[in-house]
Amino acid sequence: MGRPKGGTKGDTPVRSILMAGVGGQGILRASDILCEVMMRSGLDVKKSEVHGMAQRGGCVTSHVRYGASVHSPIAKKGEVGILLAFEKMEALRYLDYLCVEGIAIVNDTEIYPPAVNLGDARYPENVLALLPLPPTSVKMVRAQEMGVRAGNPRTENIVLLGVLSRYLPLDASVWDEVLKASFPAKLVNANLRAFDLGRAA
Amino acid sequence: MKNRTLMSGNEAIARGAYECGVRFASGYPGTPSTEIMESFARYDGVYAEWCPNEKVGLECAIGAALAGTKAMAVMKHVGVNVAADPLFTVSYTGTNGALVIITADDPSLHSSQNEQDNRNYAKFAKIPMLEPADSAEAYAFIKIAFALSAQFDTPVFLRTTTRVSHSKSIVEIADPVPVEDTTQVRFNAPKYVMVPAMARLRRIEVEKRMQALKAFAETFEENRVEINRTDVGVITAGIPYHYAKDVFPDYSYLKLGMVHPLPEKTIRDFASRVDRLVVIEELDPFLEEQIRALGIPVTGKDALPYTNEFDPGVIERALRTAPREESPYVPPAVPPRPPNLCPGCPHRGLFYVLGKLKVFAAGDIGCYTLSFMKPLEGLHACICMGASIGMAHGMSKALGEKGKGKVVGVIGDSTFIHSGITPLLNAAYNRSDCVFIICDNRTTAMTGMQEHPATGFTLQGQPAKTLDFERLAEALGIDQVRVIDPYDIRQTRAVIREELDRSGPSLVISRRACVLFRRAAGPPQKPLRVDPGKCIGCRSCLGLGCPPISWRKFSDQAPDRIVRNAKKQEGNAVIDPQLCNGCTVCQQLCKAGAIVAGEE
Repeated sequence: MGRPKGGTKGDTPVRSILMAGVGGQGILRASDILCEVMMRSGLDVKKSEVHGMAQRGGCVTSHVRYGASVHSPIAKKGEVGILLAFEKMEALRYLDYLCVEGIAIVNDTEIYPPAVNLGDARYPENVLALLPLPPTSVKMVRAQEMGVRAGNPRTENIVLLGVLSRYLPLDASVWDEVLKASFPAKLVNANLRAFDLGRAA
Repeated sequence: MKNRTLMSGNEAIARGAYECGVRFASGYPGTPSTEIMESFARYDGVYAEWCPNEKVGLECAIGAALAGTKAMAVMKHVGVNVAADPLFTVSYTGTNGALVIITADDPSLHSSQNEQDNRNYAKFAKIPMLEPADSAEAYAFIKIAFALSAQFDTPVFLRTTTRVSHSKSIVEIADPVPVEDTTQVRFNAPKYVMVPAMARLRRIEVEKRMQALKAFAETFEENRVEINRTDVGVITAGIPYHYAKDVFPDYSYLKLGMVHPLPEKTIRDFASRVDRLVVIEELDPFLEEQIRALGIPVTGKDALPYTNEFDPGVIERALRTAPREESPYVPPAVPPRPPNLCPGCPHRGLFYVLGKLKVFAAGDIGCYTLSFMKPLEGLHACICMGASIGMAHGMSKALGEKGKGKVVGVIGDSTFIHSGITPLLNAAYNRSDCVFIICDNRTTAMTGMQEHPATGFTLQGQPAKTLDFERLAEALGIDQVRVIDPYDIRQTRAVIREELDRSGPSLVISRRACVLFRRAAGPPQKPLRVDPGKCIGCRSCLGLGCPPISWRKFSDQAPDRIVRNAKKQEGNAVIDPQLCNGCTVCQQLCKAGAIVAGEE
C-alpha cells in the first residue's frame, strides 16, 4: 500500500537536526535539499516545518530526522544533535532542543526583530558568550560573506549546508548530484561554490 | 514504475488522487490545505478550480460527483464551517460517482483563528473519516477514501493536521490508472431532491450506511493492531501515532486509519489484551469519550493536554513515570520575533492612518490582521472571514449617534469575495452608517498568491473575467465608492476622514498590489536612506513598524560620529538598504525631510 519500509541502512539510529532562522533566509529550501540527499543515500528521513501566515520576518524552524526508520518528523527537546542557526539570536532561542553532546553551527549574522528595531528591547550583545556549550561544540560561520564570494549573496543557505555536511556521513557525490538538480542552470555554479566554501570553512 | 520521492502530506494527497483517477477538484485556499489544490492542478488532464469560498467549492464537487466522476473538495478546518450547509445534506443523498472532502486541521493554531477538531464533523454529519499519519498514508488513504465513497455511496472525509500536511516523508508513487469516462446526466429525484418526504427516507439510508461502515471498520486493514508489551495499550490515529512510537516503541498499539465510525469489536478485543488502555489524541477526547461510552475503562485527557498539537516530548512528559533525559541547556531570554508585515507592504500605510484616526476597525482574516500589533495598532477585532463588514455594521447600529465616524470594517480582496459581498449588501439594504474598506492587494497574499475572481486568471492559469469591485458595490446599493492608494498617506487620510464624516454606507478600495506579487507590483523601487545630517530623532518613521527602519541610540554610537539636529535628540533612525524597497511611506511621515533617495 505504498508504505515505504524506511531506509536501506539497516540499524542506523534516528538522529535529529534543527534548522532555525528568520523567514526569507532560505531555510526550507536548505532542508529540502538536505532531506533529498539523505533519501538518495538510503536513509529514511522526515522533516517538518510550519508555513503560512505572513512568516516573512518571523521565526522559521525546520526539523529534520533521519535514520533506518523514522517515526516523528519533529524532534523533542533535548535530542537534537546539530542545531544549525541561520541567525545568531535564533541559536539561543532553541538551545533546549540540543542534547548533551550536541553542536551548534551559527551563522554570524544579526537580524533585528521589531522590538529591537523600535528600541524597546536589546539584541543580545555577545551571543557566543551566552552559548553555554563547550567551545569545541560551536562553529561560527560568516555565511553571508562566503555567499558573496561564491558569486551570489542569496547562497547563504547553501554555504550553511556546506558547513553542516562536514558533520554528516553523506557522500560528497550525492550532495553534488542533488545540488545540481536543485537550481536552474545559471545558478548551479554559484551554489556549488557556496557549498564548497562552507564545507571547507 | 515505482519511484521513491519526498513529498509533503499535501503533495501526497494530490498525487494519490491523480493516480486513482480523480479529475475534478475545487476549493478555497487556506493553511495548511492550500498546496493540495496547487499540486493537483499541475497534473495532466485534471480540472481544478479555486472557488470564491468553501461552500461553493463543495457544491461544485457535489455536482461533479452527481455527474458520475470522482470529485474532491479541499479546505482548511474552518472552511468546513462555511461548507457545512451542503455537507450535512449531501450526507443524505450520496452521489453517482465519488466525493471526498479534505479537511486540514490546525492544532496549535499556527495559521488559524481557532483550533476546532473536525473529527466532530464526521460524527455530526454522519460521514466516514480517514486520518493519515504521514505522507505515505496520505497517498494511500486518499485512494481508499475514493473507493469507500463509491462502495458505500457516501461522501468521505480525509482529515489531515498541519504536521501531516506540511511534513515531508518518503512516498513510493506509481503510475496513474487509466481513467474511463463514467459521467452522464442521470435523473433520480427521490435520491437527490431533499424535500422533507424524500429526505426522511434518505435519513434511514444514512443510518443503514453507517451500520455497514461500522461492520467494514472491523475488517479495515488500516485499523491496525500491534501487540508488544501488554501492560499498556495505546489507541491513537494520525500523527500522534508516530510521536508515541518514538517515545514508547514497546507499548501495544491500535492505530486507527478510520476515526469514524469506530470498530467497536476491534477496540474491545484490543482492550482485553492489555492491562491499561490509553488514548493518545490531539484536541478533543473524540475517541476517548466514545470508547468510555462502550463501558471500557480508558484514560487519556486526564494526563494529555486538550490544547495545542503534541510532539514526542509532550506525550513522554504526560505518560512517563520514570525520569526522562532533559536538555542540559536552558535558553536565555531573547526578544520575540513575531511575523510582521513585509517591507513596503501596502497594508502598512492604510493601517497607520486607521490607527492614528482612533477608529474601531473591525478586521478580517489576512496578512493585515497583523496590524493589530504595536506600533500600528490599527485593527481591533478578527473573528472569521467575511465577518468584519457585518460586525462593523452591527456595532455602529448599536452605538447609534455615539458611533458616528468611529467604526470601520476592513476586509481583503480575496476575503471580500469569499464572504464579504452579502454583508455589504446587508449594509446597503439596512442603511448602514459605516465606512467599509477593501484592502485590495490584487491577490490572495497570505496563503501565497492564489488567484481569485478579481485577479483575471484561474487556478490553472487561464484568462478569466475580472470582478469589478466598484461596479459590484454600486449594484449592491453602495452609492459612495472611493479608490485610494495606500502608498499615498495624505490621500488615504483625507479620503477616509471624508467618508467617516458622511452619513450612509461607503466603500473605500485601498488598491495597491502585494509587494511580493511581482506580476502586479512590478520590480521593487530603489531603497531610501536616512540622512543623519537632517534626522531630528522624532521617531515618526518608527511608528510604521517597517522592518528596515531601526532606532540607533546616541549612547550606542561613537561620540565623534553623532550628529545632533534637535535639542533633546537621543538617537536617529537608520534604514537597512538590503530590506527597503522604496515605498516612500516613511518619507512622507518625516517632517525633517531626512529620508532621502540615492547613495550617500
